[in-house]
Amino acid sequence: MLIKRDQDRKLRGEDIPASEITAERLYLDRRAFIAGAAALALAPSGVRAESHLAPLKATKNQAFTLPDALTSYKNITSYNNFYEFGTNKDDPERLQASLKTRPWTVKVEGLCAKPTTFDIEELLKFALEERVYRLRCVEAWSMVIPWIGFPLKDLLKRVEPTGQAKYVEFTTLVNPAMFPGQKRGFFGFSLDWPYTEGLRLDEAMHPLTLMTVGLYGQVLPNQNGAPFRVVVPWKYGFKSAKSLVKIRLTADEPKTAWNKAAPSEYGFYSNVNPQVDHPRWSQATERRIPEVRRRETLMFNGYGDQVASMYTGMDLKKFY
Amino acid sequence: MSSRGRVVLKAAVWVASLWPLGVLVRGWLADDLTANPIDYITRTLGLTALVLLLASLGMTPLRILFRWSWPIQFRRLLGLLAFFYICVHFSVWIGLDHFFAWKRMGQDVLKRPFITVGVLALVLLIPLAVTSTQGMIKRLGGARWRLLHRLVYVAGVLGVLHFLWLAKKGRTTPYYYVIVLGALLAVRLWDWGRRRVGRMGFEAKDESRGPTPRPSSSA
Repeated sequence: MLIKRDQDRKLRGEDIPASEITAERLYLDRRAFIAGAAALALAPSGVRAESHLAPLKATKNQAFTLPDALTSYKNITSYNNFYEFGTNKDDPERLQASLKTRPWTVKVEGLCAKPTTFDIEELLKFALEERVYRLRCVEAWSMVIPWIGFPLKDLLKRVEPTGQAKYVEFTTLVNPAMFPGQKRGFFGFSLDWPYTEGLRLDEAMHPLTLMTVGLYGQVLPNQNGAPFRVVVPWKYGFKSAKSLVKIRLTADEPKTAWNKAAPSEYGFYSNVNPQVDHPRWSQATERRIPEVRRRETLMFNGYGDQVASMYTGMDLKKFY
Repeated sequence: MSSRGRVVLKAAVWVASLWPLGVLVRGWLADDLTANPIDYITRTLGLTALVLLLASLGMTPLRILFRWSWPIQFRRLLGLLAFFYICVHFSVWIGLDHFFAWKRMGQDVLKRPFITVGVLALVLLIPLAVTSTQGMIKRLGGARWRLLHRLVYVAGVLGVLHFLWLAKKGRTTPYYYVIVLGALLAVRLWDWGRRRVGRMGFEAKDESRGPTPRPSSSA
């Protein structure tokens, strides 16, 4: 029983005391921040980013906070994998200005009763909340990010998925004028555009799955997938597709960009799992930006008690 | 090349080779090495090592192609600088990246081909660095020393493989290194073939001449 409780704590990421993993100053700052945010339940977020993007009003959702210290705005917005801009980590920030996020529409279609094209302004009118999630990149680094968004299930309910819908496919904008990384390079290969990702319908309907429009109290910076992206915190970062123009309900498992590019390295599920290695590196540890020492990676990125039941009986080594 | 030219060139090689290290140290002190400094440091050191190793491998082809003699003097210096960067690169991996987690690193060396070939390249370069002095050349004898130092080609190939195999799909930089290494090896192969053909041609010519006709006394 004790072991079981220990495991549960591990799955929630509570096995490490926060004071041990967080610099005390940050820890105290965070407590002040939480207290401040609680006091201003309906006011704009207590966290401010040091940029000039439009502020975004959101309710802080107390169910989705973390003991971990937040990653700085600078690090979140300067160290990105976003191949539409380029393959280097600094390409997205450097080249982000070419992306124009207005006008912008998102088609929600496929196996549903009411397929709808949403304008970005309509999407911003959903009940926005601030949630602090861990982000674990498949490259064994991680961040802690205060996102702003709303659950995907709120959006899917509007279009009324039919009984045949089993999966959801996400599609990123294709536009080489806005995304220089989509131009053909010298060697002529990169990912197949558009970038597509997918979730099983139960994963898509899970309350953790967040359609995201902002971070740190402001609208999303372009390099973080503006104006509209998905965030799936218990899966490796590449599952959380950015700059979406289409969400499609399907009967069959969607083809996903990295799986097409390297099927042995990136599976459809790609749940964070310290026991299943990437073929070229171990997933047992990760570097929390900007810490020096590695830390142990948590099963389902610490969201096990909320999501593990969706995978009961599945061989997670086979369905990596 | 004049001796003054050589001194200037040598100074330039030293400055250019140590420049990346200086930039890293300055960046470390200013906390300005991206959000993931350890990854950035590891990559920069590894890339510099590979550039220097290929530069060292490029000296002989320069001599072959342009009949210059001076590049040979830089072969050893560039090779040793490459070895230095590889050692720092490896130390950062051990001490900063994995913080002396020996078991985990051992597993990585055995299980991850890109790490296996990287470590192998380092190991192969150790005897070359040790025997790089004039004294060692004398002690080993020219022929044996040259044979031993052919390992540098293997290390070069392993180094490029290390880079190629660690790269994610879509990254094209490693392919430029494959092309450069291929070109450097091709020049040597061409030169080796040319000399072989030259020798064979010489021997063949010898034979075609046949026995020198004896001047006929009756003529």
